[in-house]
Amino acid sequence: MSKLVVIGDGMVGRRFLEAVTQRDPSWDVTVLCEEPRPAYDRVRLSAFFDGVSAEELSLASDLPGVEVRLGEAATEVDREAKVVRSASGEYPYDKLVFATGSYAFVPPMEGADLPGVFVYRTIEDLENIKAHAEGKRHGVVIGGGLLGLEAANALKLLGLETQIVEFAPWLMARQLDEAGGGVLKQHIEKLGIGVDCSTGGTKIEAVDGRLRMDTNREGVSYDTDLIIFAAGVRPRDQLARDCGIAVGERGGITTDLSCATSDPDVYAIGEVAAMEGVCYGLVAPGYAMAEVVADRLAGGEATFPGADMSTKLKLLGVDVAQFGAFDGPLATTYLDPANGTYAKLILSDDAQTLLGGMLVGDAEPYPLLRASVGGKVPGKLADLLGGGEVEGALPDGAQVCSCNAVTKGEIMGAIHEGCHDVAEIKACTKAGTSCGSCIPMLKQLLAEGGVEVSKAVCEHFTQSRAELFDIVKVTGITTFSELIARHGTGSGCDLCKPAVASILASLSNGHILDGEQAALQDTNDHFLANMQRNGTYSVVPRIPGGEITPDKLIVIGQVAKEFDLYTKITGGQRIDMFGARVEDLPKIWRKLVDAGFESGHAYGKALRTVKSCVGTDWCRYGVQDSVKMAIDLELRYRGLRSPHKLKSAVSGCARECAEARGKDFGVIATEHGWNLYVGGNGGFTPRHADLLLSDVDSETLVRTIDRFLMFYISTADRLQRTSKWVEGLEGGLDYLREVIVDDRLGICEDLDAMMAKHVETYADEWKGVIDDPEKLQRFVSFVNAPETPDPSIEFEEVRGQKFPAGTTERSQPVLLGTPVLRSSQGK
Amino acid sequence: MEPICAFDRLVPGRGVAALLADGSQVAVFRLLDDSLHAVSNQDPFTGANVISRGLVGDRGGEPVVISPLLKQAFSLKTGVCLDDEAVSLEVYAVEVAAGEIRVGALSEVKASA
Repeated sequence: MSKLVVIGDGMVGRRFLEAVTQRDPSWDVTVLCEEPRPAYDRVRLSAFFDGVSAEELSLASDLPGVEVRLGEAATEVDREAKVVRSASGEYPYDKLVFATGSYAFVPPMEGADLPGVFVYRTIEDLENIKAHAEGKRHGVVIGGGLLGLEAANALKLLGLETQIVEFAPWLMARQLDEAGGGVLKQHIEKLGIGVDCSTGGTKIEAVDGRLRMDTNREGVSYDTDLIIFAAGVRPRDQLARDCGIAVGERGGITTDLSCATSDPDVYAIGEVAAMEGVCYGLVAPGYAMAEVVADRLAGGEATFPGADMSTKLKLLGVDVAQFGAFDGPLATTYLDPANGTYAKLILSDDAQTLLGGMLVGDAEPYPLLRASVGGKVPGKLADLLGGGEVEGALPDGAQVCSCNAVTKGEIMGAIHEGCHDVAEIKACTKAGTSCGSCIPMLKQLLAEGGVEVSKAVCEHFTQSRAELFDIVKVTGITTFSELIARHGTGSGCDLCKPAVASILASLSNGHILDGEQAALQDTNDHFLANMQRNGTYSVVPRIPGGEITPDKLIVIGQVAKEFDLYTKITGGQRIDMFGARVEDLPKIWRKLVDAGFESGHAYGKALRTVKSCVGTDWCRYGVQDSVKMAIDLELRYRGLRSPHKLKSAVSGCARECAEARGKDFGVIATEHGWNLYVGGNGGFTPRHADLLLSDVDSETLVRTIDRFLMFYISTADRLQRTSKWVEGLEGGLDYLREVIVDDRLGICEDLDAMMAKHVETYADEWKGVIDDPEKLQRFVSFVNAPETPDPSIEFEEVRGQKFPAGTTERSQPVLLGTPVLRSSQGK
Repeated sequence: MEPICAFDRLVPGRGVAALLADGSQVAVFRLLDDSLHAVSNQDPFTGANVISRGLVGDRGGEPVVISPLLKQAFSLKTGVCLDDEAVSLEVYAVEVAAGEIRVGALSEVKASA
């Protein structure tokens, strides 16, 4: 097997490993990684201060044939022997790839090595900054570019008074002109961050336990607790220099457009490469290089397609974007000092072709503008500059996703082949999967491609579920017939009736089979049990947190025996009893209710279970009482109706035995309290839940879950799981946090009141039936022969239990019928 | 016509199952306008006798029942499956006399149709 050695495991290195293992899995790959952890998302590094853990930033994955040696720096490349050496080993190669990235540039300055002076590059740097900032008051960031503003944001999140010192005459001088830099400065200063431009540090000294930095400006010096150098990066090319590989005048390993260095068996990719003399400091060109080398190693002839250096960022809450050319024959600008927005477009001399531009304060037209670079100006200049409505059709060749080099033509092709939403386009074309800035554009293209992203519930209601929810809430309508008469058409169907039933149940707490509501419930809700393939039902009593006494276990056994039910332990830590005839359901519930059980809502779009691990009382690792928390949560939210089923779990420590991150809301104990994760699910498209809050006390935890659930119930689409709902929120997790933690919309009181009402009025649905003769009447096999069991239901015995007749014949699975797929628009 | 049960026994917008003298099963629905419809109770796609437990509504104005198992819609007027016209339910005659629901045998319907 041919041997491939990769030096460095950063974002570009990792992309390369993925590409190479996919194209040619025959390589035997060794990766030497100096950092103690595998590749992580350095672009999102600052999120570390926003509660995102190092694990969540990780990009690591197990790749076949790849061995990653963490914490082992390459120390020497012997090109004659074709071997890479580290302090502890020797790795022969046939091909070698440098992906060593950059290091933070620290200008030569006296005192730059004092304690309290940091750079901003790795997770370890951030951990050190965090530790040092504890209890401190003031910090200085040297550098007012992209990285410097990120670092200033970090210090602000750590609660420090923050000062930016920039040598250039304005902020982000590489991306913005003077006017743009000026508008950005206004925004930053409004946030309480100091900005001094045309200022450079000259000397740092320790004074009375703090730091003092002198500057090139007469009489200007800063007394501070912490200094971060964020004044740029330099390629890490020392190892290549040492072994005689050619490097550029200003650093970086010289390569041609195939990423080959002066040694044809050695490649360089990412920030360390000086491709035809140019080092690219963005991830997208690095990814392109990774793909080029992977293709070359598989025998291809790919070359670097050229870099799109466009950037769009939200720095300290301010939109900043730059795309295409920085300068050109014609420039037109627009400045709105009142709203703090600035826009500049660079045009060809006939003003017909868009060459580039920049936006500060409002970057909404960015996706359209960036994709139009090199083509016709996509609209009236006044609209483009002043934030008016822009209707523009892009040429097919325009690149919509620059991270993954996907053109409009490719996306339209995917739409015509059947992609119906953003998620499907992502899966099909990879567009929108890296930085996400083109997602608004993808939505526009879906509309352009004729995909109606109608949220209408069905043919009877043009409104979305969220709109119906608001209508019911505001008007106080309590019946389906009134709602459809006033706000819909026709007599309803299997889409709108259960959706409205769920809304009515969420907003008012009568029994779901009371009065007219009974006619709305899907069959499972109507019989408070799950219909199985032969028309019998399964019965699942609630077992909160999975904790159950031996006596209750015996009751379940006795009931199953008496009614001859097949039993199975479910994935949600409870027991399911199958094969119950409709006329037996009330008798089964009576026995269960008498023994202290209640409905587990396995049939409803409602809270199912809150799983738990063993917890502190027994487990030697647990740090919080997960079982008690799981029981408390399950009892609090039992019976809560929602747009889709809800699952939850609580783990007592980071080992995560309850698999909480696969749930709609998951809780993991920490030494200081609880971490709350939201938006996870298993199923067809599994998704890990995202961290919403960390280290909170029990009260904050429960209050936040209350609001999360009620906000979801109020605004989600029909059958939309929390994962899709969170993904679909404009502004994502940050927005969710602003709404339910910071109360940005001022609705938290309302959400709290809704949950309080739910908790107060909860009642067991099974008990509601067995105590009500009128409802009991419905649980008969035949209305004219209530005691005659349905003669068509037959069973046979398999593995000592009963199964629907024909099970053995079906041991080769046979499809009896297929579910009908149709759009929510009906036919 | 066979007597089934009192009209008031049916919840508006839902169905019940009834066992006819010849052993066949029929699903009887009372719609919100109090009209009655009767079709065979057996779901042709799965063989289970569950049609009476489906939701009712309309598709483009045509009154339908939706099978609770795999969600196909059947016309309550003709019995034809709107998702697969090769499949259909039998339709029975149904009437109310002296507050009692009566269902006609299948053959009578066919004869009168």
